[in-house]
Amino acid sequence: MTTALALPAVHRRHVPVLVTFGLFVLAFATGALRYENFGTAQVFADLFIDNAFLLVVAIGMTFVILSGGIDLSVGSVVALSGMLCAVGTSRLGLPGPLVILVVLLVGTLFGAAMGYVIHVFEIQPFIATLAGMFLARGLCFTISEKQISIENGFFDTVALNRVALPGGVRVSAGAIIALVTFAAAVYVLHWTRTGRNVYAIGGGEQSALFMGLPVARTKIQVYAISGFCSALGGVLFAFYTLSGDGLHAVGMELDAIAAVVIGGTMLTGGSGYVVGTLLGVLVLGVIKTMLTFEGTLSSWWTRIAISVLLFAFIALQRLVGIRRRARSSPSASSPAPASPSPTS
Amino acid sequence: MTEPVLEVTGISKQFPGVRALDGVAFRLFPGEIHALMGENGAGKSTLIKVLTGVYQADEGRMTLDGAERRVHDPPHAQRLGISTVYQEVNLCPNLSVAENIFIGREPRKFGRIDWARIRRRSAELLARLDLDLDVTAPLGAQSLAVQQLIAIVRAIDLDAKVLILDEPTSSLDRGEVERLFGVMRRLRDDGVAILFVSHFLEQIYEVCDRVTVLRNGRLVGEYPIGELGRFDLVSRMTGQELHDLEQLEEAAPAITRGRRLLALEGAGRTGAITPVDLEIHEGEVVGLAGLLGSGRSELARLVFGAEAADTGRVRVGEETVALRTPRAAIDRGIAFCPEDRKADGLVMDLTVAENIVLALQAARGWTRPLPPRRRDELVGEYIRKLRIQPPSPGTPVRNLSGGNQQKVLLARWLITRPRLLILDEPTRGIDVGAKTEIQKLVVALAGDGIGVLFISAELEEVLRLSHKVEVLRDRTLVAELANDGSLTPERLLGTIANGAS
Ligand SMILES: Nc1ncnc2c1ncn2[C@@H]1O[C@H](COP(=O)(O)OP(=O)(O)OP(=O)(O)O)[C@@H](O)[C@H]1O
Ligand SMILES: [Mg+2]
Repeated sequence: MTTALALPAVHRRHVPVLVTFGLFVLAFATGALRYENFGTAQVFADLFIDNAFLLVVAIGMTFVILSGGIDLSVGSVVALSGMLCAVGTSRLGLPGPLVILVVLLVGTLFGAAMGYVIHVFEIQPFIATLAGMFLARGLCFTISEKQISIENGFFDTVALNRVALPGGVRVSAGAIIALVTFAAAVYVLHWTRTGRNVYAIGGGEQSALFMGLPVARTKIQVYAISGFCSALGGVLFAFYTLSGDGLHAVGMELDAIAAVVIGGTMLTGGSGYVVGTLLGVLVLGVIKTMLTFEGTLSSWWTRIAISVLLFAFIALQRLVGIRRRARSSPSASSPAPASPSPTS
Repeated sequence: MTEPVLEVTGISKQFPGVRALDGVAFRLFPGEIHALMGENGAGKSTLIKVLTGVYQADEGRMTLDGAERRVHDPPHAQRLGISTVYQEVNLCPNLSVAENIFIGREPRKFGRIDWARIRRRSAELLARLDLDLDVTAPLGAQSLAVQQLIAIVRAIDLDAKVLILDEPTSSLDRGEVERLFGVMRRLRDDGVAILFVSHFLEQIYEVCDRVTVLRNGRLVGEYPIGELGRFDLVSRMTGQELHDLEQLEEAAPAITRGRRLLALEGAGRTGAITPVDLEIHEGEVVGLAGLLGSGRSELARLVFGAEAADTGRVRVGEETVALRTPRAAIDRGIAFCPEDRKADGLVMDLTVAENIVLALQAARGWTRPLPPRRRDELVGEYIRKLRIQPPSPGTPVRNLSGGNQQKVLLARWLITRPRLLILDEPTRGIDVGAKTEIQKLVVALAGDGIGVLFISAELEEVLRLSHKVEVLRDRTLVAELANDGSLTPERLLGTIANGAS
């Protein structure tokens, strides 16, 4: 109909994602100019290889944040899943694929249980998943206080082989799995009712309920998806390190949240895209890679860079949000100071 | 007569401290439009929420199509064929217009959502109500009236056998109301049972077949509309003989114009409103009339500084000022009571008293708290004057009925006693009795020398209160009509439709 009108509206919604994209291109180009051997397809592919698990975990986190919640348990679930992989294969001698299947199931159920608790007992997601975080981490250490290495034919094969792409670029199975997960997430969020319900709940849980949407089911699904993604991330992490350890992935939930936010998704829910999350992970990855190329800087600089980016993005979201509200129609008139808040 | 599709008996619902429903019985037949009437806080919305599973009744039985049923939650009600537009617009502001119409029942092709079809169908559905909008724009960017229409479009497209509309017309103007009634009549002729709530008596008499009256949570009775005159209806709602309604005719404005408060000299804003000339004097009530999207709210926003003028001049008193922010307007004694009480007005978790004194307190600054005695006096006075129910200052605003929430918002701005008060749809959702009180208050304010800019979709109300009426069309001020007794609703309507008279 009125495409001329529609375009700017769509564009405004895409601003944060476009900014993240620009940022990634800029960072990558800087690296390519500054360091020899940086601007190659292989370095780009390595970003996916080295951050496959983070990408998968952050995708699950995107679902949760879009629905207006938060999942702090993901790092611990990654560790627990790695541990279960190690125990299943090396201690119990079970076949690799079977172990992976069980691990994915455990992760999904763990997430669903948290979602159930959050919905039925109306507990803050922050609190419920904080409890989940302690629980999963605790379980890791009751299984083993030490690192267990994975000695299993299937894991070795998957972990050590690379798939060659045209142009001599080689990627790991983990990277491919992460990209498949990404594609699946895009599909679910954009093309299925479940995905749209996630956005609706993030936009207003009560409204969603009054519109007759299955709020309870969707909320449980969202945490189950996050649990599944964490478990899958744990499996990829196990491929990457070929070991299980209760100290793995400490603080990964924060990296995942950072990637989602840098990708332009609103922490208040209801607005954002998985593509943004992919770009967010790539931005974090490229910063890490640059620090490795630099060689002399401590890895804490990564943290500092992330914190600066986070601030910048939250500021950007505020700006876009305010502009959107100001432009919104006349009689949705919200002259904010008309209802003076105690802070003004 | 046929069997009712929906029947409830002995429904009671107790909230802490309030018996919202007390043994209410209600029947709804296929192919009828049934009005549910009652004052603000009578229990209409509560009954609707019980019927649709938002609340569970403490007692009582419900049958649907002759079979006894319990409705667990709103999705369940929808599956049973009950489609509802609740009093407060309940849609998702972050989703597009089209998606808000279709979410939860999106058409699918090859297992995935068919977006093209959603866009096309929603444009068609909106066109039936003569709405032509960009269906891909976010819902949050639409005005309250348009949001209300979208909620209605969603509800009527659900193919329900029972359609419940809780004050769907509260922010619509005549044209839209007519189109909505057209749709409702068609659905009724197809055998849909429609429950309709409105505080506009004319609307009730225009479309409804039968009426059920509630008072203080109790059933007063069920009547065919033809057997109940207006005065009987109102006295059944209020429990008193009606004399207030006539009194308001006497309240017609006496002109006591004072000094000039505010003048717009060719002030406008590109894309929002073409330059206007407008003067408001002390003690003058200026009405703004026009259809939805005619620029009523834009003009108000300009006066309040929520949108800065980019051409012309704004004078407050004799001084030329730049009203760039609401803060600047507030500092000059201009107050604005917004239309959307839920989104930009009330703080739902605070009490009635806290909400009422909020603006006054903010104006004094937080270092000078209002003395508790003065505060209690003021709050008590306005609870009484506006008949806020329940009349206890400590109730959280969340627990009030829609109309009573509106009164709280209004009280907040009335007590600040500004020099110029902008009221955007102040009587939205307010019952006949309280509306009279509010109109009297506005007249009294003007009598004290306060200038009032009054926006309402209800022309009679604008006429009753205003000294002059500014008519807007297509974001342009097309006429200024003096309200000298010769101005009739018909003439005003003609001007709105055709431009300069
Ligand atoms: N959640 C709640 N908690 C406590 N009291 C409530 C709650 N909801 C409604 N009430 C009370 O129940 C009574 C009936 O409210 P209801 O919303 O049904 O009125 P209404 O007839 O729809 O009025 P209006 O015309 O203003 O919309 C009111 O006194 C209100 O304060
Ligand atoms: Mg109500």
